[in-house]
Amino acid sequence: MNQPIKPLNVLIKGLLLFALFNLVIAAWQPGVGQLSLYNVLYPGRERLPFGESPKQSYNLSLFDLDAMFASHVISGTPKAEDEFRVIIVGDSSVWGTLLKPEETLAGQLNADNLTACGKNVRAYNLGYPTISLTKDVMLLSYAKQYDPDLVIWMTTLDAFPLEKQMSTPLVANNEEKVRELVTNYGLRVEADDSNFEVKSFWDKTFIGNRRAWADFFRLQIYGVMWSATGIDQVYPSDYEKAQTDFEADESYHDLTAPLTEDELAINALETGFRVVGETPMLLVNEPMLISSGANSDIRYNFFYPRWAYDDYREIMTALSERDGWTYVDLWDIAPANEFTNSAIHLTPAGENLLAENLAPYILENCK
Amino acid sequence: MALENILILAAASLLWATIFRNYGRTWFMLIASVIVIFWLQPALPIRGADFFAPVATLVLVVLTWFITADDETRKQRKNGIILAIVAGVVLLLNLTRFIPQLQFFTASRPPQLETTLLIFLITGLTLLALSRLTRFSASFLTVGLVLTIGLFLLIKIPALSLWLASFLRTLSGQSLTNVSANDFRWLGFSYVAFRLIHTIRDKQSGRFPSVDVGEFITYVIFFPAFTAGPIDRLERFIKDFRASRSDFQSDLFPAGQRLLLGLFKKFVIADALALIALNDTNATQVTSTVWMWVIVYAYAFQIYFDFSGYTDIALSIAQLLGIKLPENFASPYLKPNLTQFWNNWHMTLTQWFRAYFFNPITRWLRSWQKPMSIPMMILLTQVATMLLIGFWHGVTWNFTLWGLWHGLGLFIHNRWNDATKAKAAAWATTPTKQAFLNVSGILLTFHFVTIGWVFFALSSPLTSWQVILKLFGA
Repeated sequence: MNQPIKPLNVLIKGLLLFALFNLVIAAWQPGVGQLSLYNVLYPGRERLPFGESPKQSYNLSLFDLDAMFASHVISGTPKAEDEFRVIIVGDSSVWGTLLKPEETLAGQLNADNLTACGKNVRAYNLGYPTISLTKDVMLLSYAKQYDPDLVIWMTTLDAFPLEKQMSTPLVANNEEKVRELVTNYGLRVEADDSNFEVKSFWDKTFIGNRRAWADFFRLQIYGVMWSATGIDQVYPSDYEKAQTDFEADESYHDLTAPLTEDELAINALETGFRVVGETPMLLVNEPMLISSGANSDIRYNFFYPRWAYDDYREIMTALSERDGWTYVDLWDIAPANEFTNSAIHLTPAGENLLAENLAPYILENCK
Repeated sequence: MALENILILAAASLLWATIFRNYGRTWFMLIASVIVIFWLQPALPIRGADFFAPVATLVLVVLTWFITADDETRKQRKNGIILAIVAGVVLLLNLTRFIPQLQFFTASRPPQLETTLLIFLITGLTLLALSRLTRFSASFLTVGLVLTIGLFLLIKIPALSLWLASFLRTLSGQSLTNVSANDFRWLGFSYVAFRLIHTIRDKQSGRFPSVDVGEFITYVIFFPAFTAGPIDRLERFIKDFRASRSDFQSDLFPAGQRLLLGLFKKFVIADALALIALNDTNATQVTSTVWMWVIVYAYAFQIYFDFSGYTDIALSIAQLLGIKLPENFASPYLKPNLTQFWNNWHMTLTQWFRAYFFNPITRWLRSWQKPMSIPMMILLTQVATMLLIGFWHGVTWNFTLWGLWHGLGLFIHNRWNDATKAKAAAWATTPTKQAFLNVSGILLTFHFVTIGWVFFALSSPLTSWQVILKLFGA
């Protein structure tokens, strides 16, 4: 005989099951990020997911490194015998703001069909559009599992200020990963850094962590549009060109001349080298716009007053000589008209120039 | 309606039904509906328009009731009381202009009180004038019909909408620099207009039930169905409205179940599909035939889950209040032919068109002294009906093409069915053959409808054509 349904009982049972589900999720912390439709149903993305207007770019920013890398083509590409695997880390200039995947540095290197030590060079774009050495080290540490033959670390002075290291949301939301770097590689970070997004038990429940779950699912869904269109960022038909006229302003991050090593996150740089270990790494001072507009005798560009940048280059040269790093200073290789909306974002032709300049170093540094 | 709107309305309905049961139920529905049409109206760039659009809805509803109600009902004292209460609610909403903490009922700060009072005064005087001119009451119905259709066209035809927006901007002393046809988005008017036309036509044909002004207003702007239907019929609605509820418990569980189902359809399935569904932007970005099919399929399912999800939500909230609104969808994508598809997709709209356009025009064509041939008559009525359904969504080339696509599809199906019905029946003698015919019909119908959505989803005929070519490998 059918018992009549008691709505209150159904409600209570439903709520209890939902609470239990949340508790299980919080206690278990399943690594669903590693599950991905990319590289299975859809081709992997050519660069890490990042996007501020997902509906237009079919891309979004999230903090789950597992999900980010699982959506990347590198996760779905077994390393062939004849592959010389190059990974490139860095900021938005590597990721390729305003550039199609094939126009980025990695894309241009791949188009050049280089061979190093008899193997085919295949470059992977692992740049991410925020400027912080610690962020780069975190991504490097994760990317090590893909067995690179060479790492190219593109950087610039603005990645070095101490206060910028933890302020990147990707770093702040990956407390565990950063602490691993502290424990295993001696990265210097304040244990109670206020930037850390420390997760409570509630934050780990399904409800508490709903944003991350939603991002995970949206990333999978946008895979359809990535596959269908090959678009992963908005390409405006018009944009404001990088600034070339400036105020007579010599300030840089509350620092005063001369710039010293103590004021920069040199420890993060050293940690990066410890992370890659025996794998060769090219440390590259990336090209930047050298302005010839108003007050360009004081500032090179929007980011840097001349004194700070000159001091930084001297420090980098001295450090690389001292520690035996392979350091390539390409700061001035690109003419001003090869920059787009920022002093570090190159045009496709600019990226091509950069690739041409880097190619010999890739060939030299193969084992 | 956003998720929070739905949850608040469902919670309010549940609370009322649980605590007060029948007590003041009809008042709750009336007052909540009046408030909700202000609450849901989105902000508009024309000053004060987001407040006056709902006011205009109410004025139009009251005027329509006045010309459709019989003398005896109209003269009942309770109508005056109801109108005073409705006006009081509107004035209270208007007064939130002075209480910023209470301005969440309207999209922007309500306008000056004087304008609202002036509108009330003009409406009152109009009602007075109409009551004195009873011998012209039949003409009022025609005028009401023309006025409602005229307003509908004003909202739906881009050129007229632009003119209206310019007029309203000038009236409010605003610049015409950024004027756009989308400036005046009158929430719910498509449904309101159709309910009003239905009541006027029923009055003209002598089928209009006797209802007081409160019942009529609640019917037209009933909050669960205000933004996305279904389009109920007045005589059916009023039966539930007047019935005393004895068994709230038996409604609670199915209503709750349906609400959850609707929320899941709309906010999980449809919203997820919306990320990859065909639109004006991605239509030109997709590079391959296979992926084009994927995003077109995504659109077909998105529009179904979105719309049927909203219907589930509307039906469930109404059920909490004891109103059983009519169904709008019955597995339309599983129907083996286009005629059945249209009998199960947005059913209340198609029934409306059948009752107020298709049937009358068919009768009229048949009444000709020299009636046209049956196929010609079918072609004419099917195409005209589907074109009108297209125009209901918007008077644009793409909706025209969509209407034409379905009108011709219905005609072809009708002729094909006539020509092959006997042969098909003779062939499909085993369950396997019948299943084969059925599945083939479902697949064919679904794809016909899906290709039709390309016109519906996009705004340009050229882009639509390019998408269709891409679907077939071009």
